[in-house]
Amino acid sequence: MNKPTALSIGIQRGRLEIRQFMRQRESVVFTMLFPLILLAIFGSVFSDSIAPGVTFSQYFVAGMIASGLVNTGFQQLAIMIPVERDFGTLKRLRGTPMPASSYFIGKSILVTVSMLIQVALLLAAGVAFFGVELPHGADKWFLLFALLILGSACSTVLGIAFSNIPKSGRGASAVVSPVVIVLQFFSGVFFIFTDLPQWMQQVAALFPLKWMTQGARSIFLPDSFATREVASNWETGRTFAIITAWLVVGIIWAVRSFKWERD
Amino acid sequence: MNQVVSVSGLHKSYGANRAVDGLDLTIEKGEIFALLGPNGAGKTTTVEILEGFRMRDSGDVKVLGVDPAIKGSAAQLWRDRIGIVLQSTMDAGDLTIRESVSHFATYYQSPKNPDEVIELVGLSEKADALGRTLSGGQRRRLDVALGIIGNPELIFLDEPTTGFDPEARRAFWSLIRKLRDEGATILLTTHYLDEAEALADRVAVINRGKILEVSTPSLLGGRATSLATVTWRDGAELRSERTSTPTELVTQLSQSFGGEIPELNVKRASLEDIYLEMIGGSDE
Repeated sequence: MNKPTALSIGIQRGRLEIRQFMRQRESVVFTMLFPLILLAIFGSVFSDSIAPGVTFSQYFVAGMIASGLVNTGFQQLAIMIPVERDFGTLKRLRGTPMPASSYFIGKSILVTVSMLIQVALLLAAGVAFFGVELPHGADKWFLLFALLILGSACSTVLGIAFSNIPKSGRGASAVVSPVVIVLQFFSGVFFIFTDLPQWMQQVAALFPLKWMTQGARSIFLPDSFATREVASNWETGRTFAIITAWLVVGIIWAVRSFKWERD
Repeated sequence: MNQVVSVSGLHKSYGANRAVDGLDLTIEKGEIFALLGPNGAGKTTTVEILEGFRMRDSGDVKVLGVDPAIKGSAAQLWRDRIGIVLQSTMDAGDLTIRESVSHFATYYQSPKNPDEVIELVGLSEKADALGRTLSGGQRRRLDVALGIIGNPELIFLDEPTTGFDPEARRAFWSLIRKLRDEGATILLTTHYLDEAEALADRVAVINRGKILEVSTPSLLGGRATSLATVTWRDGAELRSERTSTPTELVTQLSQSFGGEIPELNVKRASLEDIYLEMIGGSDE
């Protein structure tokens, strides 16, 4: 008799989730290669520099890394969990002694691994084909690491919370994807944020993606570029504070609303 | 303690609809117990309360001596001892049978051996096939494998053979009997009366949120002493008579025909006849 712990089961679930993910070829291609395709398109269309020493590709890679946090966490889970609810996966798990936390640990492992793969692919392709420069210095790398972990956690809990909104697994993608795409446009992923209309900037500032994108710029763009931000500086403290606030909101929302069964 | 399930005075309403309305039920250790009833009779609600999926309004419920409404780590200890086979799941399509079953084994304190369970449900040849490649019947057997991997004392089986061909159903029934013979108690809900008759040690008929009768399949509704129907051909006419003494009637007929009785048929009420009479009878 050895009692399995929530953590050990969670790690087992994480391994299983990754294995299932890798076997769904369409989703691997979509999640992993789509950002690379976008980078290729935008990197070729906008080949000018937007500031001394800053190419559009460099600006865009920061946005795509922030988007990667949203795609692998929020979008992936908010589409996947309603399907699992429809298929009876969740109800079946509820009927076993598996602790609920193990399920969420497993999802977090899936998100973390797919996020790291995506960021690595983006950086590798950016450096190899589009002249993207990697962050300079240990403090920038540390900041990147912190942003990826915090941003990914925030995106994960919001995805779990939002998974209760789509009415069915089949309709989930139609509900979730527009939210993500609109946020990407508003948050300065595809365009230079300060070129957007003021009201868009203000709406975007309410949501975490704008701050993830800005945080990524503070890592990938030279510090001289900070003067071109809205506040004329990187606002690193505020960036982390707002993402943390959304993380807390997401946890409370997810815990209160999570359902194991379709009503 | 020989009572695996004990329920008394169970009530559950959804708005004005009293889905379960004062239900009493006892299931003994080691029996296959079938719960029969039309749709909307309160069957699913009752079973889901026993499974801990649904909260009751009132009444006493004990499953393996534990109130299924418990939460937290006590609930996990309780769930370690039960196995639930749900209706129509279609998950884990991207995992092999062996991966799914082995993984579920890690949830339990003293699980069965995954390969033995796969063998038991007859999926050994498919052990390395992905879930999405299984047929309906194989899929159902995987559901059973996942339900019993934890070595449960009590197994809930919900409509287990819906969509099976006759041969697959018989194979499935012998699997269920094997589980009972290994010491598990089984609560079966089914629409198929022949399934209840073939498998169940006792059956309960539920209608309008109440138990109408609990009995063995052969005694339910006074079936053993019910009138038999004797039919035979008399010239151009097919005649039939209901009687409490069919042997006597057949003897008389045999004498008057001088031996063979043309197209003789003696039929007792089937479980289905009794069941339909019972649920129709409560329909005043």
